[in-house]
Amino acid sequence: MTESLLRVEHLVKHFPTTARDFFRSGQHVHAVDDVSLDVRRGETLGLVGETGCGKSTLARCIIRLERLTSGRVVFEGHDISSLSDSELRPYRRRMQMVFQDPYGSLNPRRRVGSIIGDPFEIHGMASGAELRRRVQDLMDLVGLNPEHYNRFPAQFSGGQRQRIGIARAIALRPDLLICDEPVSALDVSIRAQILNLLRELQRELRLTMIFISHDLSVVRHVSDRIAVMYLGKVIEIAPGANLFEHARHPYTRALLSAIPIPDPDLDSAREQIVLSGDPPSPIEPPSGCRFHPRCPRAERICGVDEPPLIERLLDSRDHLAACHFPVADGEALVREKSAT
Amino acid sequence: MNDAIRARGPWQLAFERLSRDRWAIAATAAIGIIILVAVFAPLIAAAIEHPPEAQYRETGLSPSGIPVGPSRLFLFGTDGLGRDILVRIAYGARVSLIVGVLASGLAVAFGALVGIVAAWFGGAIDTILSRLMDVVLSLPFLVFALALVAIVGPSLTISIVVIAFFSWATVGRVVRAQALSIREQEYIRAARSMGAGSMRIMFVEILPNVAATLIVYATLLIPSSIAFEATMSFLGLGVVPPTPSWGNMLADSIAFYKVAWWFVAFPGAALVGTTLAFNILGDSVRDAFDPRHDQTIVVDADKEKDS
Repeated sequence: MTESLLRVEHLVKHFPTTARDFFRSGQHVHAVDDVSLDVRRGETLGLVGETGCGKSTLARCIIRLERLTSGRVVFEGHDISSLSDSELRPYRRRMQMVFQDPYGSLNPRRRVGSIIGDPFEIHGMASGAELRRRVQDLMDLVGLNPEHYNRFPAQFSGGQRQRIGIARAIALRPDLLICDEPVSALDVSIRAQILNLLRELQRELRLTMIFISHDLSVVRHVSDRIAVMYLGKVIEIAPGANLFEHARHPYTRALLSAIPIPDPDLDSAREQIVLSGDPPSPIEPPSGCRFHPRCPRAERICGVDEPPLIERLLDSRDHLAACHFPVADGEALVREKSAT
Repeated sequence: MNDAIRARGPWQLAFERLSRDRWAIAATAAIGIIILVAVFAPLIAAAIEHPPEAQYRETGLSPSGIPVGPSRLFLFGTDGLGRDILVRIAYGARVSLIVGVLASGLAVAFGALVGIVAAWFGGAIDTILSRLMDVVLSLPFLVFALALVAIVGPSLTISIVVIAFFSWATVGRVVRAQALSIREQEYIRAARSMGAGSMRIMFVEILPNVAATLIVYATLLIPSSIAFEATMSFLGLGVVPPTPSWGNMLADSIAFYKVAWWFVAFPGAALVGTTLAFNILGDSVRDAFDPRHDQTIVVDADKEKDS
């Protein structure tokens, strides 16, 4: 097994919904609840889930943009979860993030050259002509015209802006690159370009990536392993192909069945799973398995006992699922209700 | 090709809009003239051969001691001591401009600093600074100015400090509100994820985004500072006579307003004209930085026509 670059151990992040005062003890949004992950050097870990399931919060906790409620983030053996901002700086160089919104993530009043040059300046790596040269090299590397050094972000398209964001993120040659839905704000025609760019860069710079998306087909395109999140928890994690062929968790099955297939014959032949209801409120998550109120396979135990994330059926140690009644290969998701 | 799509920054766009605005051009021209008059006040005095503090008891006053009106000798007439009002207005422009520019510059710089710091750090720092701004805004200006001048004595420096002190809080509030929304932007998060410290975020990321507001406030604070200074000099709290300022000239003219209209009219016109020009320029600058502001008015007018 390859060594792990980043370990997330029992990470919990709760947000208070209202400011606590004398009269209310304050409710909490359970954005991320007891997530443990292992990211191996050189791999791409895909992180999928519906909007609001805590993927982005998890990413922000890893990169320490948010304070953890509890748990640990271990980067190359060093616990970084309780470091102060100044203690974090050396690690910031090595973990970078590409943000979702190519419009919001670039300061509209600053020139592109100085935006991309930020990491060099902040870490005192280059200045003057040297800085300019390195910024232009980066622009070239991500497929931007280096002559557009002096333009403002507003003068670029969404895809170009995302390239700017990527250039900034890889400027210091980080070990870990977290991509938070880097293509979901882009036109479909641009997506493939950006995804291919990320893959090329990963190969060239030997990046380890965490790739977050709500779109399984995008994640499949780039990921070695995929973790599925539901309501603040990882409910299944497996190597990409495994997950697509042998999904164990009913929720993963439902997600997979929602991927459109361009062939209408195949599309109508397969099992369509439409989940009833909306995801429950993360303020008061359901007891037991968080998926049980919507799960077609749920039985009484599911509402009581939270299933651990372990190997199910005859899977390898790489394929973990958190379900009391995992779906076997070839089995239909909806079982005949056993007479009770 | 490269010339067709030229890179234009927001500042450049604003400047281009401003240069198409006739009111802005007129106001700028007026301000330019005032600046020239102020700068060349000694030349004007030398040309007319009337120093600003010289009293012409023979030619400048009637036998009964009344100021004489505009004539070839005294273009704008004389004041109660027989001094040339034109020359004194030229020197008064220096006081007004220095106070206007310095006081509004100080107020904007300090207001921006406090506003950004309060918004960025939040928590107790924000509470303290915000309440401080509330206190400053609720202080009675004149009482405070009177008390301060009673202690340290009137001077130009004190005028500037007092005016800046009473102006910065307005700027601080507006900047704080803007910075609060900027601070939630994703590019701030990006800066933090790269390891930028508070200083860098406040001055490299946030400041350029409030700069347009600061420019607008700076231009709009100049006329109000000039008016403030005139008020203080009028009450004897500002520039010390015999140094001329438009405020103390107006104060002197009170005794003569029935017999010497020029004594009130010319310093008053200089004051009103200058503040008006700066106000018009300030409005134009605001419109240039926020073109949507202009459009909403047009839309509203259309709606009224329809209904």
